[in-house]
Amino acid sequence: MNVVQPFEGIGASVRRKEDFRFLQGHGHFTDDINRPGQTYAVMLRSPHAHAVINAIDTAAAKAMPGVKAIFVGTDMAAENIGGIPCGWQIHNKDGSPMAEPMHPALALGKVRHVGDPVAVVIAETRAQARDAAEAILVDYTPMPGVSQTEAAIRPGAPQVHDAAPGNICYDWHIGDRAAMEAAFAGAARVVKFETTNNRLVPNAMEPRAAIGEFDPHSGDYTLYTTSQNPHVIRLLMGAFVLHIPESKLRVVAPDVGGGFGSKIYHYAEEAIVTWAAAKVKRPIKWVAERSESFMSDAHGRDHVSTAELALDASGKILGLKVHTLANMGAYLSTFAPCVPTYLYATLLSGVYSTPVIYAEVKAVFTNTVPVDAYRGAGRPEATYLLERLMDVAAREAGLDKVEFRRRNFIRPDQFPYQTPVALQYDSGNYHATLDQALVASGWGDFESRRAESKVRGKLRGIGISTYVEACGIAPSAVVGSLGARAGLYEVGTIRVHPTGSVTVLTGAHSHGQGHETTFAQLVADKLGVPIANVDIVHGDTAKVPFGMGTYGSRSLAVGGSAMDKAMDKIVAKGKRIAAHLMEASVEDVEFERGTFRVAGTDKTKTLTDISLAAYVPHNYPIDEIEPGLEETAFYDPKNFTYPGGCHICEVEIDPETGKVAVLNFTAVDDVGRVINPMIVEGQVQGGVAQGIGQALLEAAIYDAEGQLISGSMMDYTMPRADDLPMVSVATHTTLCTHNPLGVKGCGEVGAIGSPPAVMNAVVDALTAYGVRHVEMPATPDKIWNIIHGHRMAAE
Amino acid sequence: MYEFAYHKPSSVADAVKLLAADPDARPISGGMTLLPALKLRLNKPSMLVDLSGIAELRGVKREGNTFVIGALTRHHEVATSAEIKAAIPALAAMAHTIGDTQVRNRGTMGGSVANNDPSADYPAALLALGATIKTDRRTISADDFFNGMFTTALELGEIVTAVHIPVPTKAGYAKMKNPASRYSMAGVFVANGPAGVRVAVNGAGNNGVFREAAMEKALAANWSPESLAGITLDAGDMNGDIHGSAEYRAHLVTVMAKRAVVDAG
Repeated sequence: MNVVQPFEGIGASVRRKEDFRFLQGHGHFTDDINRPGQTYAVMLRSPHAHAVINAIDTAAAKAMPGVKAIFVGTDMAAENIGGIPCGWQIHNKDGSPMAEPMHPALALGKVRHVGDPVAVVIAETRAQARDAAEAILVDYTPMPGVSQTEAAIRPGAPQVHDAAPGNICYDWHIGDRAAMEAAFAGAARVVKFETTNNRLVPNAMEPRAAIGEFDPHSGDYTLYTTSQNPHVIRLLMGAFVLHIPESKLRVVAPDVGGGFGSKIYHYAEEAIVTWAAAKVKRPIKWVAERSESFMSDAHGRDHVSTAELALDASGKILGLKVHTLANMGAYLSTFAPCVPTYLYATLLSGVYSTPVIYAEVKAVFTNTVPVDAYRGAGRPEATYLLERLMDVAAREAGLDKVEFRRRNFIRPDQFPYQTPVALQYDSGNYHATLDQALVASGWGDFESRRAESKVRGKLRGIGISTYVEACGIAPSAVVGSLGARAGLYEVGTIRVHPTGSVTVLTGAHSHGQGHETTFAQLVADKLGVPIANVDIVHGDTAKVPFGMGTYGSRSLAVGGSAMDKAMDKIVAKGKRIAAHLMEASVEDVEFERGTFRVAGTDKTKTLTDISLAAYVPHNYPIDEIEPGLEETAFYDPKNFTYPGGCHICEVEIDPETGKVAVLNFTAVDDVGRVINPMIVEGQVQGGVAQGIGQALLEAAIYDAEGQLISGSMMDYTMPRADDLPMVSVATHTTLCTHNPLGVKGCGEVGAIGSPPAVMNAVVDALTAYGVRHVEMPATPDKIWNIIHGHRMAAE
Repeated sequence: MYEFAYHKPSSVADAVKLLAADPDARPISGGMTLLPALKLRLNKPSMLVDLSGIAELRGVKREGNTFVIGALTRHHEVATSAEIKAAIPALAAMAHTIGDTQVRNRGTMGGSVANNDPSADYPAALLALGATIKTDRRTISADDFFNGMFTTALELGEIVTAVHIPVPTKAGYAKMKNPASRYSMAGVFVANGPAGVRVAVNGAGNNGVFREAAMEKALAANWSPESLAGITLDAGDMNGDIHGSAEYRAHLVTVMAKRAVVDAG
């Protein structure tokens, strides 16, 4: 019987399978899990940015109702509990390793940022734990603190760690300095540009949470946690912090409500509840309040940079020189050191054939929350710097900003293209994405729209950004040579059940990306199984082989490729079984979307015929082939993937209030082969929303000493629906040349390409005021001050 | 939040009695300000007296040329009342801009007025419209009621029961929202009614809602946005924070006042 099915394979805009449970309230998040006998943990956090802890008196708190235990840093140190480890080591210019000070889970002797955990209270109820936390007496001696990178490296600045003199974590560089200097010596024009990349608070909808559990019978530990990569947490926490063998530690990351990078890292609270669960012999749940998230989730960005671009007389780029200060915060978060180095400086070639690049990056400790990867991670910082610089340079050289970019593009015939900063781009067509975006955005008619706004007293501007990013992270050997302390392959298991349904085990983790749909479409496309009969299992170290998780837009490019390889093994084995059943030679068996056929005949077997034979091997070549139909593949990528494209933004400024409205946003992205166009559109729109947030709204503001001023949503401006335009999303595909699916990744392009497009539009709108640059976020107050300052100067 | 006793009386008299007996008791209506403060443990009342069960505090009615709006009237009810929309459209439109859908369906007129948050909307409307505030024991004019940020003429344990708003000839409102909180950063309500031409400003001042005499005088002489153009407020009287300097707010007041006049027609 042939049932005609709607096409659900690669390229179909299938509705997201997981949304039915999310929209009906059937999602199962960490806080939805309640274990028998569960207790509750509350963290007592430092109110000081920098202070010595003289004493902690917990006696009164321990006597309060419901309190099971209170632990402080010295309790963990007494059991040789390790510091929270860093997963990436950068080396200084002189070859010496970066400063890597101890990061105790609970503060030892000193607190280094507002929110640094000092004690944990475990009680029968959360309210009791909170009451007791308030009764703990901590004797602090406050010390001067420092929050800004430039201030932190000045002589005499407060020292965050004794082990990091001058607050320098590392002083690193990339590129050929001598060649850069030679290029600059021969330049017709040098354009210099300085900017700050504003610090952001990720603010996933679901706050972080963790439940630790210990089974005294088996000696097994379980951690339920809001993580993007449960195996990585198991490895880091088990091996480096708590010294629990992996066989005795299960980490479960169930439904997770958004990560954006902030849930990659191993956090102190995970180790604290797991360790303490064995002490109190009860499960312990901790759930962050939103105000805790602001002061304990890793923040993003926070760079101060100077860039210089050398041009010849015709407007060709001769060289680029960049100096960046990157804020690490008070401690090194899991992947923090690689963000401003190998995810940032390696992207400074952008989409341009810049012959020489030299970049220096100093990473700096401050009395602030640790900073790590946030959607885009390094690539938004590089793209913003470069694309603002391109606009500034075009204006100063008297060149059209589109023509200036086009003149310097890497041409389609130059791929594979080796940049001067380590990366080799495999494919792309920047001319095509540019041209498509120019048409889609109505670039050519802009001046008439500007004139129409002017009639209404408004200032209209248009901005463009052409970008490339590196994702699908990454070849293990390459990242290992660059300092990664982990491999970055991915695993996929395809389990075809006897009656033909399929379970996929993946090391990738979905926290909003729609993996349960996209991955099922890969199976539907190759094996011909309806997506309703494909289940994706992820997020549990007890179920899934060791995988590296989801970040850096790697799930499809790396995880999907692993699944594809595993499906190839299924097909190869299936052909052998089919050959036996159809009494044909295996070389003559063809397979397409669920049907095995003897070439040139009408003899066929379905995948279900084969799976049934494999599990009920009555008529089966049992001497030659093992029963069962389940295959696993580990895939290590050969290169990064390189999505790129063009974003165009149109804004209108109300000069009376300084408010910037985004009117139109056009994204044309090359994300390689598109599996589900609707999901890609949603991913790009979400990324653009965060990019507009960075450009116009969001800023984590500390005072100079390290008090967090924007510590809640009353003061931290999250983008809302009415801050955003309809985002027009289109794709232009060039295939990735080195993975079997030809895919590149779409999770971060929106956040990478959009901020400079928005800011170039804002500066364009203010052309009449002689504005060269506006720092992000372009708040109404800031814009009004620019306009008002200009008027004051003119009067 | 900390533990507290909870009472839900069904009459104003019972509510007043409960509040009088315990100086640390607090009344609660919609709870849109008090509940977040309790959750953050910024407030530690011994008792909450929930007013939501008091039927006599509900309802919008018109008595001649005056609207009587019960203290428990939700922002959503003001925003959607056909009578208010017809007679004082600026007030209904203002109510529609308060918070979000959830807030408008919980927050009440009485709660907003009694709290007198400097960035709240209603106090400016009541001042400009020359409203009077009824309590369980007396009647207070809006001019005498609002006494600086989070401060009112209410005595401890005194409950707002209704506001009386005379219908103006014309009224208008415009505000610049704080980008993060969406509270008013500078809002101006203008009215020409039985109490004369009045201009009230929220969000911007460093001591809460206030009337702007120079603008009232200018509009009384010539009701037009142009007549306000030359009036600049003293930045020294304004609030400044990470979202806007005092100078910016002083400037915004004039901009919003002009827009409010346009809104009033």
